[in-house]
Amino acid sequence: MSPDEIRKSSRLILLCLAALALISMVAFMTLGAKGSWSFVLSFRGTRLAAMLIVAYAIAVSTVLFQTITGNRILTPALTGFDALYVLLQTSIVFLFGAATLTGLDPQLMFIAEVAIMVGFSLALYRLLFGSGRHNVHLVVLIGIVLGGLFRSMSGFLQRIISPDDFVVLQDRLFASFNVTDQTLVGVSALLIGLVTIAIWRMFSVFDVMMLGRDTAVALGVDHKAMTMRILVLISVLVSISTALVGPVTFFGLLVANLAYILMPAAKHRIMLPAAVLVAIICLVGGQTILERVFAFDTALSIIIEFAGGLFFIVFLLKGRVR
Amino acid sequence: MIGISGVSKSYGQTVVIDDVSLTLPKGGLTSIIGPNGAGKSTLMSMIARLLPIDRGTVMVDGLDVALTAGDALAKRLSILRQDNHLAARLTVSDLVSFGRYPYSKGRLTDEDRGHIERALTYLGLDELKHRFLDELSGGQRQRAFVAMVLAQDTDYMLFDEPLNNLDIRHAVAMMKLLRDAAKDLGKTVVVVLHDINFASCYSDHIVVMRRGRLFRQGVPEEIIREEILIETYETDFKVRDMDGNRIATFY
Ligand SMILES: Nc1ncnc2c1ncn2[C@@H]1O[C@H](COP(=O)(O)OP(=O)(O)OP(=O)(O)O)[C@@H](O)[C@H]1O
Ligand SMILES: [Mg+2]
Repeated sequence: MSPDEIRKSSRLILLCLAALALISMVAFMTLGAKGSWSFVLSFRGTRLAAMLIVAYAIAVSTVLFQTITGNRILTPALTGFDALYVLLQTSIVFLFGAATLTGLDPQLMFIAEVAIMVGFSLALYRLLFGSGRHNVHLVVLIGIVLGGLFRSMSGFLQRIISPDDFVVLQDRLFASFNVTDQTLVGVSALLIGLVTIAIWRMFSVFDVMMLGRDTAVALGVDHKAMTMRILVLISVLVSISTALVGPVTFFGLLVANLAYILMPAAKHRIMLPAAVLVAIICLVGGQTILERVFAFDTALSIIIEFAGGLFFIVFLLKGRVR
Repeated sequence: MIGISGVSKSYGQTVVIDDVSLTLPKGGLTSIIGPNGAGKSTLMSMIARLLPIDRGTVMVDGLDVALTAGDALAKRLSILRQDNHLAARLTVSDLVSFGRYPYSKGRLTDEDRGHIERALTYLGLDELKHRFLDELSGGQRQRAFVAMVLAQDTDYMLFDEPLNNLDIRHAVAMMKLLRDAAKDLGKTVVVVLHDINFASCYSDHIVVMRRGRLFRQGVPEEIIREEILIETYETDFKVRDMDGNRIATFY
């Protein structure tokens, strides 16, 4: 395809995606609204903002992660983030009881969770990259191993807490897109904004990173520093999303690969917006349909993870979509 | 000038490059030949700072490659690796455009576009430039990667087996292109070759590697000799003079 054709068809697809995303958002805000509009809009507006933040964070972090690993079946969630989140929640319940967990100031809790998760990943990358060798796959591998460790520790703790505490905990461990705390959403939006400023001028570097380490080095990119920088951005994004709604594992895989399939060429300038829009459509559209059409409440995360997991398996079986 | 002094590289206990010292003059085409596993790719990757050097130094135009900033080096030295594959979906012209990254950082100027178009034409890719890489044959893809290196337009150009997958017509065209780049444009071209007769006919200088060491170096007349080739490859060779070139047969 010539550059013009690519540009045209990318623009067209992005426009369609944007329109669909917009329709989902409008539908979410207005469908089935009863009573005072100002209340409905502000209540739903907060929830919508939270979903947009999560869609953005997961889409961008997954695409970037796949760029630096050169692998389309990895998601940053696999490197221990979700397991660490589960361990954090479980430890609090274990140490202080479920009452404390529900009673904690959510804003304080949010800040602490983001700080701990970002701190954990920074320490991990420092350790791995400081030793001279730098290898993203080692990061992934160690993340997976640590994730396994965290998971079994959580599993152990969950077995020795009281059943009542366990029920409260379990509710926490499913991602819920029902965020109503305006301050949390505001803080997340601010952090996301900072990350966006950081990645704004880096699209071309991302494209070069996609060519693999050797080619990137040959083209003059400081591959080690750039990998570290992208990993830090990813860890901030994933931490925000996880602290806001809970662990989401396969969703990123789904939206990133849908974006690769939809878009004609693999430039980050178009791939990142496409992935974000697909994520918004899935999340907001899915939530609207579930809530307004089927009157379900919290099942979206399960359905999305199911679809993502299904996609993952199909992907593995087919080897590669293209 | 590329100055390699006392360079060594080991993986664990295995020494794969053993104390190699070598000077490649500025300008001209140098071929590196040698059997599989001799360390040709390893040496080339170290010159291009893709692999860390265990011991010794490599200087390109007086710059130590281990200490010089990557983006400065990318304007002086480019490399084609032996294996090139990409998961990302890119067109040929997209790929070749990346060759201009060291200069344009992604914002192509008219000058960049000129370099890209010329590189595509040199490699006969005008018809194919809007194709995606995964829709090309092996030899076409190889030429696309060479075009990317050419677009980088550096004084020093390293090619690890550029003739991989090429048919005879394109192999000859490629060697002529590289020789012309050395002769007419004053580039310093270093190629790893397995076809001894291409090395014999097109090189100004031949370097023979064997078992991680520098085995011989010199002009083609000094290197393309039966006793040297037999010792290098542990295979029977006959060398004949044909039209002023030395041609080795080994069938
Ligand atoms: N990552 C690695 N780990 C261990 N040994 C390696 C590694 N890379 C290369 N080697 C070894 O180093 C030696 C030199 O390899 P190199 O790729 O430089 O050979 P070469 O001369 O380019 O061979 P060929 O003609 O097959 O391309 C080989 O014996 C190879 O097995
Ligand atoms: Mg080799």
